[in-house]
Amino acid sequence: MYMDQTMQDSIARVAAKREANLKLDPRRMTAEEKDALLAKFHPDYNPDAFAALDVGANKGDRVPKELKAILQGTPRILGKTVDLSKADYEADVLIIGGGGAGCAAAIEAYRGGAKTMIATKLRLGDANTMMAEGGIQAADKPNDSPAQHFLDAYGGGHFAAQKDLLCKLVCDAPEAIAWLTELGVEFDKAPDGTMITTHGGGTSRKRMHAAKDYSGAEIMRTLRDEVLSHPEIEIAEFTAAVELLKDEKGNCGGAVLQNMETGKLLVARAKTVILATGGAGRLHYQGFPTSNHYGATADGLVLGYRAGAKLLYADTLQYHPTGAAFPAQIFGALVTEKVRSVGAMLVNADGEVFMHPLETRDVAAASIIRECTERGKGVKTPEGSAVWLDTPMIELRHGAGTIEKRIPAMLRMFKKFGIDIRNEPILVYPTLHYQNGGLHIAVNGESDLPNLFVAGEAVGGIHGRNRLMGNSLLDVVVFGRNAGQNAAARAKTVTVGKLNCDHAAAFAAECQAANAATQERSPRLLPDYARH
Amino acid sequence: MENVTVYLFGKPYEVPSSLTIMEAMEYAGYQLVRGCGCRNGFCGACATIYRIKGDRELKACLACSTQVQNDMYIATLPFFPLVKAVYDVEKVKPEQMLMMQLYPEIYACVGCNACTKTCPQELNVMQYIAYAQRGDFAKCAELSFDCVMCGICSSRCPAGISHPQVAMLARRLNGKYLAPHCEHLDTRVQEVKDGKFKELLENLMQKPLGEIQELYNHREIEA
Repeated sequence: MYMDQTMQDSIARVAAKREANLKLDPRRMTAEEKDALLAKFHPDYNPDAFAALDVGANKGDRVPKELKAILQGTPRILGKTVDLSKADYEADVLIIGGGGAGCAAAIEAYRGGAKTMIATKLRLGDANTMMAEGGIQAADKPNDSPAQHFLDAYGGGHFAAQKDLLCKLVCDAPEAIAWLTELGVEFDKAPDGTMITTHGGGTSRKRMHAAKDYSGAEIMRTLRDEVLSHPEIEIAEFTAAVELLKDEKGNCGGAVLQNMETGKLLVARAKTVILATGGAGRLHYQGFPTSNHYGATADGLVLGYRAGAKLLYADTLQYHPTGAAFPAQIFGALVTEKVRSVGAMLVNADGEVFMHPLETRDVAAASIIRECTERGKGVKTPEGSAVWLDTPMIELRHGAGTIEKRIPAMLRMFKKFGIDIRNEPILVYPTLHYQNGGLHIAVNGESDLPNLFVAGEAVGGIHGRNRLMGNSLLDVVVFGRNAGQNAAARAKTVTVGKLNCDHAAAFAAECQAANAATQERSPRLLPDYARH
Repeated sequence: MENVTVYLFGKPYEVPSSLTIMEAMEYAGYQLVRGCGCRNGFCGACATIYRIKGDRELKACLACSTQVQNDMYIATLPFFPLVKAVYDVEKVKPEQMLMMQLYPEIYACVGCNACTKTCPQELNVMQYIAYAQRGDFAKCAELSFDCVMCGICSSRCPAGISHPQVAMLARRLNGKYLAPHCEHLDTRVQEVKDGKFKELLENLMQKPLGEIQELYNHREIEA
């Protein structure tokens, strides 16, 4: 139900062209066309939005200005006294972050015999994993192979992925699906057990496995239930990490935690640490809205970087092409790529199809931005401009009932605000979705700081400079498990010495010396949306 | 912009009528820690109860996906003590007896249907509990699939049932033991273990960039 007259007129034009558009199979862009489009319209190519780091292991590398402000911010523990000789928590493996990667790591670390602990800023399962809708990739069908999966992801990521990580991702993918099934995750299957799979943007085979459009939620709640089924795994909710700890050998040996409600600082001592802190959407790079969880503030990047771990591709972000652009109550919320996988096309204000619906995300986002800016073919919205995602096409292609069966969450999300996506198209515009870059790891999951492992969205390099749909749910499972296994094995050989966090003060002093310190208390922990 | 009056824990605030309850709290100056998660209806962190002034009915919703109304009395329910049974999914059997052992209180359901009436996802909660009672885990899983585990149903239940946890168990049993088994997945896992793709991948990774680009740009795409 759109009340605005301009929107209604535009909807009429979209509806008039729908039958003809359905028959179109738009050409995919050539490599040259994509490069030119990205250079002009993708936010990652906006030179004004980035600045070089002044201190640390990646000094001179450009990162988003908003990220630079917290990477070089004032450590929260500066000026506070913390008695590091007394540990409030002791574990073999300390996992920071309770999302998909953190829980997968915890399950494997526990199975590996380690005394395992999760500290998480909000509740267990409060994470981007919970909000992933569309699916998870794995090359498990006869016409597909891990090599084909590699080629799709490597090309989609602009040939920049760290090859050994991507190779592990695609090779371990079928086992990851099997592992999830063994835990009880309900994937969409045909009656004979065959996985129901679709395309995602940039895939050459239909390898997107899904659980309706609650794929991430289904995976996350199952992992959480498994963690909670082992009370030996210690869980501290509403407990953020604010600094890593090192021993006198310079190895990571725990973290300073903070109770999110009382502010009390606590010491967790551990033989190995896994950072699984997720993404950065709530930093709202370049003023974009975000599809991310409330806690997505790049904390892990800050903690790791200050302690000496290197970043990789921190200058590359993913803007999901289809964020909800209207109504205002869901501005920026994710409209899953699966909507296009099951048959909806992107059309402009005049109802014209302006791109193949399943280009990679960076190309699709840039193409929508071009339509709304240079070409002036966007639909005016209260927040700016947008294009249509023509959802009624889905049931014209596949019959009535398809939307309720395949994308019920989308149906529900818009229905709450009076829009029936079965009969009316929806307005979309790119939304900040994923941190392609992050901390550098070796294929065993370990960062450049010994005994510090990283998993999930906090890692950089697995996807190169753009990630394909369905490869991050896969990444949290594959690299979460990997980190859990390797951190547990390592813990058996480690003796932690006397703990210190001298690196925090040293880093802050270096920022001061470079005249680069910011007032911002860092890590940020939560966005500040309160109007005072 | 039109304003409405909302009562946050009884205290009145004027807020724009277009906001969700969660945004209205922030507009009023709350810095949320509890009761805020995905902000988009997937995580169940923001269970909220409200009553419109003059109305007898107590309603429940997710604060992130519900628009404010005038004269809305709002109280958030950021934590609700659900009971989660501890079990080893490898050792349990998908039999009715399991529910009797782990969640016996479901058999005390009085059929009041308060759970269904209050579910913000509009699920037929009482019916899925009925399926759980009978040990029909597939049906229970199907009906409960869209549950975000906010716990509002349990807060209204006179029998003390933790509906979301019952459904969670049913879904895991269904996914692991009852859903049709996927043969092509087994085959592929074994092929990877046997190293079937090792050489193919190594060759691909060793190719010069230009060749990989050529392969990518001209790869065949399944229709």
